[in-house]
Amino acid sequence: MSTATAHADHHLKETFISKYVFSMDHKMISKQFLITGIIMGVIGMGMSIAFRLQLAWPDTSFPILEWLFGRWAPDGKLDPGFYMGLVTIHGTIMVFYVLTAGLSGTFANLLIPLQCGARDMASPFMNMLSYWFFFLSSVVLLSSVFVETGPASGGWTIYPPLSALPKAMAGSGAGMTLWLVAIILFIASSLLGGINYISTVLNMRTKGMTMTRLPLTIWALFLTAVLGLLSFPVLLGGGLLLMFDRGFGTSFYLSDIWLNGAGALEHTGGSPILFQHLFWFLGHPEVYIIIMPALGITSEVIAVNARKPIFGYTAMVISLLGIAFLSFIVWGHHMFITGMNPMLGTAFLITTLIIAVPSAVKTFNYLATLWRGNIRFTNGMMFAIGLVSMFISGGLTGIFLGNATLDIQLHDTYFVVAHFHIVMGSAAIFGMMAGIYHWYPKMFGRLMNKPLGYLHFWMTFISAYLVFFPMHFMGLAGVPRRYYSFTLLPEYGVWMDVNVLITSAAILGGIAQLIFLYNFFSSIWFGKKSSENPWQATTLEWTTPVEHIHGNWPGEIPTVHRWAYDYSKPGYEEDFIMQTTPDDGQEEQLFETETSPSAPDKKDVPEGETVMFWALIKKWFGSARA
Amino acid sequence: MTAEIHKESSSKTNPKLFNVWLLNIGIVMLFAGLTSAYIVRRADGNWLDFELPSMFLYSTIIVLLSSVSLYYALRSAKQDELGGVKLGLILTIGFALAFCVTQYLGWQAMLDQGLYFVNNQSEGEKVSASFVFAISALHLLHIVGGIIFLLVTAVKAFNLEVHKKNTNLIVMCNTYWHFIGLLWVYLYLFFYFAPGF
Ligand code: HEM
Ligand SMILES: [Cu+2]
Repeated sequence: MSTATAHADHHLKETFISKYVFSMDHKMISKQFLITGIIMGVIGMGMSIAFRLQLAWPDTSFPILEWLFGRWAPDGKLDPGFYMGLVTIHGTIMVFYVLTAGLSGTFANLLIPLQCGARDMASPFMNMLSYWFFFLSSVVLLSSVFVETGPASGGWTIYPPLSALPKAMAGSGAGMTLWLVAIILFIASSLLGGINYISTVLNMRTKGMTMTRLPLTIWALFLTAVLGLLSFPVLLGGGLLLMFDRGFGTSFYLSDIWLNGAGALEHTGGSPILFQHLFWFLGHPEVYIIIMPALGITSEVIAVNARKPIFGYTAMVISLLGIAFLSFIVWGHHMFITGMNPMLGTAFLITTLIIAVPSAVKTFNYLATLWRGNIRFTNGMMFAIGLVSMFISGGLTGIFLGNATLDIQLHDTYFVVAHFHIVMGSAAIFGMMAGIYHWYPKMFGRLMNKPLGYLHFWMTFISAYLVFFPMHFMGLAGVPRRYYSFTLLPEYGVWMDVNVLITSAAILGGIAQLIFLYNFFSSIWFGKKSSENPWQATTLEWTTPVEHIHGNWPGEIPTVHRWAYDYSKPGYEEDFIMQTTPDDGQEEQLFETETSPSAPDKKDVPEGETVMFWALIKKWFGSARA
Repeated sequence: MTAEIHKESSSKTNPKLFNVWLLNIGIVMLFAGLTSAYIVRRADGNWLDFELPSMFLYSTIIVLLSSVSLYYALRSAKQDELGGVKLGLILTIGFALAFCVTQYLGWQAMLDQGLYFVNNQSEGEKVSASFVFAISALHLLHIVGGIIFLLVTAVKAFNLEVHKKNTNLIVMCNTYWHFIGLLWVYLYLFFYFAPGF
């Protein structure tokens, strides 16, 4: 097979446009997703700092705001309507554009072909379309900030009637229409991408790469794509009905409404709650679409840098499957206060609390992997450990909120804001950063600057906790979310200093990201050149040449002989064994230890409950290959 | 390049055909969502149950016939009878267009009964008909996509590119078409029986 020469020929014919713009190479598409995601992230973060300024210093004038937003910030003070617009677009950008497309798009594209051992995606063309739909969608969403009546302002969850009646408020008009167009383009993008990811993982793995030998990153990205395929169409359906209500005057979500200035409307018989069901049927799986890739990345980065096999590979896969399945039957926990039947509420309460179990399994497995590991504190590892911290802190407050009785008090307060910014916002960003630092050498052939990476990590970590932790107490005291200012009610005035602290910490976090940006972009050209396998990891992507070639491997695709986590295996010289290294009898060994309970190494294990317990845990959840 | 990819990959499934299946799963979720919305909204009350125009029954029969003719085209392709392939595809496109007509007539019949897409409060109308209009129209959009797919396949068939050794396209076309046909059968049964519960 003359693959190598064929690829070389191919290389020559590439023009600038086909290489950098309408590229069908998954590695380039991955970079396109990443850089677009980073740009969207910077915009989203800038917006958050703008509205945080308002919350901390409601009476102060910031000329910079007027300079940035013009008539939306007269005299340097944000207009209340525009404040709501910023909150809405910030949420939309962060949830969909950064943490869904930016995260899944980047790492599914980079890693699925490379770690499965495929030359490209099942359909490189669809893959390219997926990126360009995303790009178009980003442009449409951003353009909505510039229309005369302002962007959509009803929150990222776009509940009707504010979203269904173009005349309801300024942002309900053109801004909302553009929002919906953007999201429909976005759904098209993520379905095109997701179908491709699933198909590639299932059909195009290289020889020897059984599903049980897949790195956990691939499992996570694969299940993420499955979640997207099953949930985005439902949002599409809900969004289309919303568009009918807006454009044609149907009443799917609108019941009898009296609108100031327009009088009684003709709408009748619809149900705004119906929209919430359709929205959260996507919305909850969506939050797992965001966190699962980050969890997958963390599994990989922690195992590589603890120089230990990931603890409980099988349990990790099962808990991902469990999370994926459960995430479809918990959406009602966002709707406890919609007057749902208490029986139904209880059912959602139970499923919601059950989802904490697989989440906890994952957390314990991370900790067990770190336990007595030979830890290398690379930048990627710092962020991966950061994710574990955030996932624990935020997951615990989920359990508060999952209890319907507590949620009736906490819903729509800052407690919810704290919960999801820690468990989703921060954790997923940390996972994404871990991935960027870890696979940067694979993407750009160079290493990022390590001291700057540490600085970035510590500033981000400290700022994330300083920003979001105090919000729990505000929420417990009843401070509601999505308010323009808290100066009118004395009960909320006591939080003024806390708001100042939060905003200051947010600015610190913003500066940290500037350091990251500098590090990221300057390292593309000036970073230290990377070797082929800088972290001494076992997975297939590190067997490809540093210089990217179309088709990934110059010769034949390597064959896989073992799972992805052979680190520090006793009896080997090196502390890692590539997946491509032939294995003298992995299967046989497995067979022996499992069927002969009187194997010599087990004889001298002292009897006793704890030992038995750990042996059992290890047998069920640990991998016998460890 | 593509040929190589297939040779090296782990599974014998054609990834493109697999993608059609995944697309179908996505479409299932879209309509599962919409019909669940119908059920949830109906359970809220303030709802008008009405009988579906009989025209939609004809749609159902026609869509089933179209599946038979498309299957005939596929079988002919597998046996290298190129004439049968063309005939089957032409018949299918004919049935598909007839399906569109019956859908239009079905909507017309609903309008004649005073069941409108946009309901008017002052007339005391209910939202139920809007669901039927919206869901069937979205389904029709998928049929239109299917017709484009059929046309592409037919053009290839007339260029003699669909035969025993090259059945990929027509297999994919069959997969999608039978699926949206069945989807209509489901929707018809749903609209027919749901008001009775
Ligand atoms: C132990 C697991 C978890 C439980 C029991 C849980 C429970 C809840 C509950 C009950 C709410 C609704 C609060 C309200 O609006 O009144 C909520 C909100 C939210 N959760 Fe979680 N959660 C968990 C984990 C997660 C994870 C892992 C993520 C994301 C990765 C996440 C993201 C969110 C988001 C984004 C919201 C708020 C959406 C909004 O209203 O804007 N949660 N959670
Ligand atoms: Cu949720």
